[in-house]
Amino acid sequence: MKMKKRSFLAGTAMALGLAATGAWAQDDKVKVGFVYVGPINDGGWTQHHHESALKMVETIGADKVDMVYQENVAEGPDSERAMTQMALEGADLIFTTSFGYMDPTINVAAKFPNVKFEHATGYKTAPNVSAYSARFYEGRAVMGTIAGRMTKSNIIGYIASVPIPEVVRGINSSYIHAKKVNPDVQFKVIWLYTWMDPAKEADAARTLIEQGADVIFQHTDSTAPLAAARDAGNVIGFGQAGDMIEYAPSPRVSSIIDNWEPYYTSRVKAVMDGTWESHNVWEGINTGMVGIGEITSAVPAEVKAEAEALQASIESGEYHPFTGPLKKQDGSDWLAEGETADDGTLAGMNFYVEGIDAELPN
Amino acid sequence: MDLSAINPILLLASLMVAATAVMIAALGELIVERAGVLNLGVEGMMITGAIIGFAAAVHSGSPAVGFVAAAVGGAGLSLLFALLTQVALANQVASGLALTLFGLGLSSLIGQGYVGIKPPVIPKLNIPLLSDIPVLGPILFRHDMVVYFGILLVVLVWLFLKYTRAGLVLRAVGENHEAAHALGYKVVRIRVLAIMFGGACAGVGGAYVSLVRVPQWTEGMTAGVGWIALALVVFASWKPWRVLLGAYLFGGVTVLQLNLQAAGIAIPVEYLSMSPYLITIIVLVIMSNRRSASPASLGKTFHAAQ
Repeated sequence: MKMKKRSFLAGTAMALGLAATGAWAQDDKVKVGFVYVGPINDGGWTQHHHESALKMVETIGADKVDMVYQENVAEGPDSERAMTQMALEGADLIFTTSFGYMDPTINVAAKFPNVKFEHATGYKTAPNVSAYSARFYEGRAVMGTIAGRMTKSNIIGYIASVPIPEVVRGINSSYIHAKKVNPDVQFKVIWLYTWMDPAKEADAARTLIEQGADVIFQHTDSTAPLAAARDAGNVIGFGQAGDMIEYAPSPRVSSIIDNWEPYYTSRVKAVMDGTWESHNVWEGINTGMVGIGEITSAVPAEVKAEAEALQASIESGEYHPFTGPLKKQDGSDWLAEGETADDGTLAGMNFYVEGIDAELPN
Repeated sequence: MDLSAINPILLLASLMVAATAVMIAALGELIVERAGVLNLGVEGMMITGAIIGFAAAVHSGSPAVGFVAAAVGGAGLSLLFALLTQVALANQVASGLALTLFGLGLSSLIGQGYVGIKPPVIPKLNIPLLSDIPVLGPILFRHDMVVYFGILLVVLVWLFLKYTRAGLVLRAVGENHEAAHALGYKVVRIRVLAIMFGGACAGVGGAYVSLVRVPQWTEGMTAGVGWIALALVVFASWKPWRVLLGAYLFGGVTVLQLNLQAAGIAIPVEYLSMSPYLITIIVLVIMSNRRSASPASLGKTFHAAQ
């Protein structure tokens, strides 16, 4: 309720702003809209989309691009309103940056065939809707290796957000790689059903720590779990979506950084050149869309070297984080020896791999 | 599943922490509603208190200053509501909602420069002797001051409403403002004071989230706690002890469900996730045997000339 009311206000303000800029905008400027799920200073997911967007404007030139955005847009019907408003105000290209915007994006795109849409982390496309996402699970593999080596209690806590394939992939990838370097490792997963709620995230982190976890993974957007880890002492965690460097060298020992800037720049340029076409891309460490934040001095040198070697082998394409033999949680076979997972299975991943002792919500 | 991983002592201790913010805010709203005013702006006042308290604590280096500033900030914001509803006689529901929207916007404006800053640490009380008692010590006697302040506030609000003349007058105003007016009580003045008390409590509750529970500033960080406080007042039938019970129940089930998830219990996570809301509502509804417990003048506009 809060979000909707809030974004309604923001929307009104935005409409006024758009109307004002619309009147002055030159026609040769390309207008790019961004729809964000959180506030632009959340320190994580939304902040990195926004910073990438600002860098994109800088790279292409503020005289050529007109950037508008709306933050705190709730997933679901409210987001359709935000997108429609941007499209009506003359946006040429609209980036919708959360999984829950997928169907709304498809719906709105059908009404505005001349406006291009780009939806992040989803899988549906249309002639004027592209899907783009990052292979965060590659970064999770590196974090999982560090986690498996660093844990002393052999209990690793995972704060999960919403049960969608993206999050499940992250849990599986971290687990597989932690287990690989430390066969005794055990995962405890807590689902919060929200991308951002600092109080809940802090509670979840504390609960995991109380139950013996000394490494905390998070797939939520605020820095609250790292704050809880710092208070507990002797607990490490990782920056999520953003570098969260203010918690380095410990508890934050490394991070997965989203870098959308090269992609945003290339797509906006494509619209300017008239070469934009709908596609479904999934980029990883190799293109720089997934960055690994500095591994701090809290990590022993040999562990750091091991993590970096893994990162390099993923980057070169030599190694795929989901390489068989792997079984599903129920014990059925998934990947045979040496076989790697195809993108289709990964995109729809709705099962845990063998060894995770938890129930996956539907 | 491994239930032995759950430590009941730590669970009960974190229950008290999880319940405090919502309890203090709900107590404030309880006084407001007992005076016959429905202020839906609790969420807005909480988040404003959260950032004002955070900013004051960071600048002064003292959490105590932070909490006082949060109370003043919350009360200040509630004055706006008092002005609209008691002086301009605006609709209370609309004014309360507006206050929430305003508070959310105001807090993110003030909060721009405070992202990623660490607030000063609030010392845990660690009462000598008492905190060393096995089991009870860690559960009851190793918290920060605000947890105890919350419980004290329940007692004070209860004593005030039940045993003081001022409390009786406040209730009279809430039950029948015309009669109270006819008896010579200053309805508007009493209500403004109640609203300010509610604002101060909401502010302190918000600051508890940003200074103790998380502790850091993030935009929108109260994430609906104010609405839960509002609901708690209704389900607690406007009685302070039931607010305490409801808050502890809510906080308890919240912490418990996280623990059960982490322990890998075989209850679907969806049910665990909704359980705090469901259980709190069910228990409090069953307890409120009397249906018409709400103050009779609740939400009605009062004007002396009518």
